[in-house]
Amino acid sequence: MYTTETRGSRLFKVFNFIFLTCVSAACLIPFIHILALSLSDNAAVMAGQVKLWPVRWTVEPYLYVLEKQPFWRAFGITIQRVVLGTLLNMFLVILLAYPLSKGKHKFSKRMLYVWFFFLTMLFNGGLIPSYILMKELGLMDTIWVLVLPGAVNIFNLLLMLNFFRQIPDEMEDAANIDGAGHWRTLWQIYVPMSTPAIATITLFFIVGHWNAWFDGLIYMNRASNYPLQSYLQTVVLQFNFQTMSPTEAERLARLNDRSIKGAQMIVAAIPILIVYPFLQKYFVSGIRLGSVKG
Amino acid sequence: MRRKISYAKKRELPLHLMLLPGVAFVLLFAYVPMGGVSIAFQNFLPLRGLFNQDWNGLENFRYIFSMPNIWQVVWNTLFIAVMKIIAGLVVPITFALLLNEVKNVVFKRTTQTIIYFPYFLSWIILSGILIDILSPSAGIVNQFLGLFGVSPIYFLGENSWFPFTMVASDVWKTFGFSTIIYLAAITSIDPSLYEAAAVDGAGRWKQTWHITLPGMQMIIVLLMVLSLGNVLDAGFDQIFNLYSPQVYASGDIIDTMVYRMGLQQAQFGPSTAVGLLKSLVSFILISTSYLIAYRVFNYRLF
Repeated sequence: MYTTETRGSRLFKVFNFIFLTCVSAACLIPFIHILALSLSDNAAVMAGQVKLWPVRWTVEPYLYVLEKQPFWRAFGITIQRVVLGTLLNMFLVILLAYPLSKGKHKFSKRMLYVWFFFLTMLFNGGLIPSYILMKELGLMDTIWVLVLPGAVNIFNLLLMLNFFRQIPDEMEDAANIDGAGHWRTLWQIYVPMSTPAIATITLFFIVGHWNAWFDGLIYMNRASNYPLQSYLQTVVLQFNFQTMSPTEAERLARLNDRSIKGAQMIVAAIPILIVYPFLQKYFVSGIRLGSVKG
Repeated sequence: MRRKISYAKKRELPLHLMLLPGVAFVLLFAYVPMGGVSIAFQNFLPLRGLFNQDWNGLENFRYIFSMPNIWQVVWNTLFIAVMKIIAGLVVPITFALLLNEVKNVVFKRTTQTIIYFPYFLSWIILSGILIDILSPSAGIVNQFLGLFGVSPIYFLGENSWFPFTMVASDVWKTFGFSTIIYLAAITSIDPSLYEAAAVDGAGRWKQTWHITLPGMQMIIVLLMVLSLGNVLDAGFDQIFNLYSPQVYASGDIIDTMVYRMGLQQAQFGPSTAVGLLKSLVSFILISTSYLIAYRVFNYRLF
């Protein structure tokens, strides 16, 4: 914007700066508080002394989580689902986006497929029919129930498709003249040219799988099959003293429940923190590329 | 001519093959459950198998409309969803405008980094944090309010507070994401417009009002239209993890009711019936919103 500095505008600048700082702080404080809780001594937590900085530092809550086998079993299941799920998701999204990115003159049946996929965005069978289907397919309590139903993600398909569209048609025509079919054009020209989009979408899938909890909760009958977020749902949000072993109970006498919950949430958020810089890097371009292109 | 057609067909065959696996997945996991809505018209008993059920016409629908709390649940859903849509427009637009005024790049980046971080965390983690900080006895929020003499508020346990707590915490999770979208729209406005306005003597407020906001108009109206499809989605992931029986009166929504009826009380027929009604209304709303977006803004998904 182009204006001359007036007193009003300087005043506005200061207030704007203060306001934005306060809002950002308000967004961040809950996380800092939980982190402080998870690193504080039981008595300090009990007395309500812990605000934004740990009081009488201790890593005991983290040692407790570290030794907690169900936590790491759930962690492992989540890793499995992230790897299997993301591989399948990416394979399908690339395979689907290529033909759908072709114009009508190159792919005469395109609209038929577009409607086939579009309809699933307008209507769905709902919870119970899906639940019964998984049961009938015998997928309950297997890793596949976390991977297969969401194999095709329409939102990410749209992102990929719009990226493929930006690749000039001449590339394909040239490859065609050189004797390359659609398969070779896709894997040897389109995919290498789309690394930013593929990176973005891979990250979206990873975060999506990491954060998913509801499917695990309803499709796994045995709690030992829960992925991490479903496991956390049961231990952090619906804590139950009856499911605790005596040693755990004894340990709890020394440790604060809030610290332990905090430590588990922090550990579960670390992978997101790790990929966050990359998410950020591709994020805006990812949005621009797909969802909102007005 | 004939050869040309068969050549084109041959060129298209690989395209069909590429679509095949994806089509198979969608057919099985999206279209088969659509057929499953027939359960809404059955007295469904899981043990009798899929094809050996008694049809009971509209009995399930009669049952759900005879439930005393059904309209309360519909109202809760609409209230929370509409409030979220409004807050989800106003807060990010305001924030994008304010952030756009900041010239310091480091400050701008840092703010963005902080505000859209919660967007990538699950509602499980965010709920765990909210339950802790909003606790009336030990939560940091009530401790803070206590400094100003406010007596402890049970944000998650009182019906007068619960819906607003849902809206506010949803803003916490999502507004950073939306702010980025609006900021992107602002940066795509032609800078020469501002130059011209400045020459004509327009100050910051006038520039914002006459250039920035109209420049964002397209995207604002488009997102408003598209949000029409969400008025029955009050946010299952969030509410399921934060509500409790004492706030059912204000916080029980269609999706949570479907879950409890279906998977906890094993009332498969009525639960599917509620889900079907919701899907049908959503179908009309989403179709309408896409149609308007397509006609007015030439918005195309595929």
